[in-house]
Amino acid sequence: MSNTHICPTCDEEITLPEGTVAAELITCDECETMLEVVGGPDGLTLTEAPEVEEDWGE
Amino acid sequence: MRLGLFHSTIRAEEKLLISSAKELGVEVKLYDIRKINLDPESFVVDFDVALERSVSTTKGRHLVRFLEGLDVPVLNSSSVATICEDKFLTAMVLHKANLRQPKFAMVFDEQHAKEVINDWGGYPVVTKPTIGSWGRLISKINDDDALEAIIDHKMVLGSPEQKAFFIQEFIEKPGRDIRAFVVGGKVIAAIYRDSTHWITNTARGGQASNCPLTDELQEICQRSSEAVGGGILAMDLFESPQGLMINEINHTMEFRNSEKPTGVSISSEIINYCIESQNVKN
Repeated sequence: MSNTHICPTCDEEITLPEGTVAAELITCDECETMLEVVGGPDGLTLTEAPEVEEDWGE
Repeated sequence: MRLGLFHSTIRAEEKLLISSAKELGVEVKLYDIRKINLDPESFVVDFDVALERSVSTTKGRHLVRFLEGLDVPVLNSSSVATICEDKFLTAMVLHKANLRQPKFAMVFDEQHAKEVINDWGGYPVVTKPTIGSWGRLISKINDDDALEAIIDHKMVLGSPEQKAFFIQEFIEKPGRDIRAFVVGGKVIAAIYRDSTHWITNTARGGQASNCPLTDELQEICQRSSEAVGGGILAMDLFESPQGLMINEINHTMEFRNSEKPTGVSISSEIINYCIESQNVKN
């Protein structure tokens, strides 16, 4: 399965590193948008990461 | 052992935990909390120990309570999480255990905030939300004008929770504070967090370097761990003229910037603690 994807924000081509898993966050090198790797029946896709919420943290 | 790693978005810490678990021969089952049903009738437990790593405090809280209700061992426990997620409750528990910490009070309006600050000898003070992290919405207040502005804004615009004002004495720091990592009551590593800003969180740009594990540091951390119920904890401490002060305790700690300067595999220590917890159960 291809590990090359398109940034949903700027259309830049993004190659996911070996070992990338669903729910991981990555940053698009081109537009610097934070993206979330989403797992599905057809493999991994990319979507914009959720906004930080008030209760996020350690 | 099969470890159930419950996450939301996967951060660098979860990647380190997955990698360390693999090295230690632990089978990891990943559960995205956002995509599972916490239905006690249908949920299938196919792991031995659960590790809660949700970036959302709310989701993590519900998950841990759910798993405990199914009699599943989970780290950290709901009792530890309940204390550590609430800064006022943490402070009260530490107070009860007679641990050194900044003066603190909870007030519900401007008049009583001023009374407390006056009793303490004046400004500056710090206000912070009882629930929150990464230094967000923490304010250093230097005078009445600033206090009135912050309280007025929160009274008009805030949620009921934001109208509870947790006030702390401001501690003058030597350009740094200490973050200590405590696993199962043992202090495994610590870093200094250097910053020219009074907020030293590494999430806000603080620079990490190794901090020696002195007897004083180990004692206050071990006592603090015992006070909140143990588990996997990260403690923030101040160096004050009176000695070390405990400030906050985090129960789903981040440590990506701390393994390199300390030379300690914090992720491996956490996984080993999960293994030990399972052995204790058996």
